[in-house]
Amino acid sequence: MFDKLLIGRYIQGNSWIHRLDPRAKLLGTIYFIFLILLANHWLAYLLLTAVVFILIRLSGIDLSFFLKGIRPMIGLILFTVLFQVFFSQGGEVYFSWGILQVTSEGLRNAVFIFIRLVLVIMISTLLTLTTAPLELTDGIEHLLRPLSRFGFPSHEIALMLSIALRYVPTLMDEAQKIMNAQRARGVEFNQGSFIQRIQAIIPILVPLFVSAFNRAEEMATAMEARGYRGGEGRTKYRQLSFHKGDTVLVLGLLVLTVVIFGIRNYI
Amino acid sequence: MVGEVIAASGVSFKYAPDEADVLSNISFAIEQGEWIAMIGPNGSGKSTLAKIMNGLLAPHSGTIQVKGETLNEETVWNVRQSVGMVFQNPDNQFVGATVEDDVAFGMENLGVPRPEMIERVEHALEEVNMQAYKQHEPAKLSGGQKQRVALAGIIALRPDVIIMDEATAMLDPMGRYEVIEAIERLKERYNLTVISITHDLDEAAEADRIFVMNQGQLVKIAPPEEIFLMGEELMGMGLDVPFSQKLQKALSTRGFAVPETYLDEEDLLQWLSKLYSKM
Repeated sequence: MFDKLLIGRYIQGNSWIHRLDPRAKLLGTIYFIFLILLANHWLAYLLLTAVVFILIRLSGIDLSFFLKGIRPMIGLILFTVLFQVFFSQGGEVYFSWGILQVTSEGLRNAVFIFIRLVLVIMISTLLTLTTAPLELTDGIEHLLRPLSRFGFPSHEIALMLSIALRYVPTLMDEAQKIMNAQRARGVEFNQGSFIQRIQAIIPILVPLFVSAFNRAEEMATAMEARGYRGGEGRTKYRQLSFHKGDTVLVLGLLVLTVVIFGIRNYI
Repeated sequence: MVGEVIAASGVSFKYAPDEADVLSNISFAIEQGEWIAMIGPNGSGKSTLAKIMNGLLAPHSGTIQVKGETLNEETVWNVRQSVGMVFQNPDNQFVGATVEDDVAFGMENLGVPRPEMIERVEHALEEVNMQAYKQHEPAKLSGGQKQRVALAGIIALRPDVIIMDEATAMLDPMGRYEVIEAIERLKERYNLTVISITHDLDEAAEADRIFVMNQGQLVKIAPPEEIFLMGEELMGMGLDVPFSQKLQKALSTRGFAVPETYLDEEDLLQWLSKLYSKM
């Protein structure tokens, strides 16, 4: 039931991309998505697609993982694409039926949107596949740190994130156990009407919540017993550092930006 | 023996003002380097007492002294540095995302500088034989391994006292053995004081002294040999006696002249072989 979950899935590796600083990777991904949205010419898309495929090759991760990342979104993508195809105005009209019409502009937009969505999904999958969740939270904490000057609880948010991530497998195990226990008592999870199925979830949710509360309390006690008293005066065991690879990433993105803007303005 | 490390005088505690005392008028003194086992039926106040010793709960009367320092709101963080605690559920006390992060957590809280932290993490993991699992996530470890990591996290803080609040209760026999062995080794090396709350009588039999708790009171403080002779009385409190005692009893009901003193398994073995050679 849970093995389809791709969020936070991480594949261990030691490629150039794996070794990048998580901050650089995180910001780089966001920036790359920005570039994807900025591009408006097929040359630019060709270039971006090539870059994504090169990055995937560099990560050493099988392409099938990325396709799996796209699979749950395929319905949404096709829906958006079809909308573009049938409802866009402008350009040469190929076919028309009532308010539906297929135009050259519409087809062009549809293809672009399809490429955009696929590239966005692929590049973000690349981020999660090559970055351990822990590194990601470290990166987020570092990036949020400047905000703490304005009273933003960056340490608390980072702590909550890392504890939440650390408990994902534990709670999944527990949910599975509760589910099996309830099944053994005759609760059916995949039969009956929609309402009945929703009702069947209650015997999982309530115990799961109660146990999460108990866990939280025990954990808070254990943390306090180990001298935890908030973010102040703490030192950090983990440290992030910028390497040569990160500089290469930044330079690469800069070059890419120049080229994309060039295509946008002059072609 | 360097003198008292933890002393309680007249400690009482209750959770709600209109309820009966969970602990009433408890006094004891524990020497540096002692191994204390605390036994008693469920609800006898053992865990509450452990939390009071660590400052997690404040007694409503009486005082606790740790290394001569009276425990109060100002000294509590100092006290927690010298009194480490390992809890029952190995999952719920694992704070870090990996083994090494978890071991470092306590030191981060105290503001230990990073280079020293790295060294101490390495060292503490070696002590509990977990250095090979440094990068592992908790989900990949067994219960016994998680408890050994919890122990390493405490060891890295260099405490004088380790309190184990049923730290082996949720482990299988192998995991229990691993954890106890690790604690014994650490106790020898650092002259640690160990206070272990347990239902496992074979574990309690290893202690220097046993504290018997019942209904919020410290009923008896004595070495194991003496405690386990209380047979009937222990069973009356809902407790059990160790295997060797049960065997002794079973033998005496079958007409063997068993000595009236407590024998551990080694002693019993010798007595039996002596008996056998006489037959």
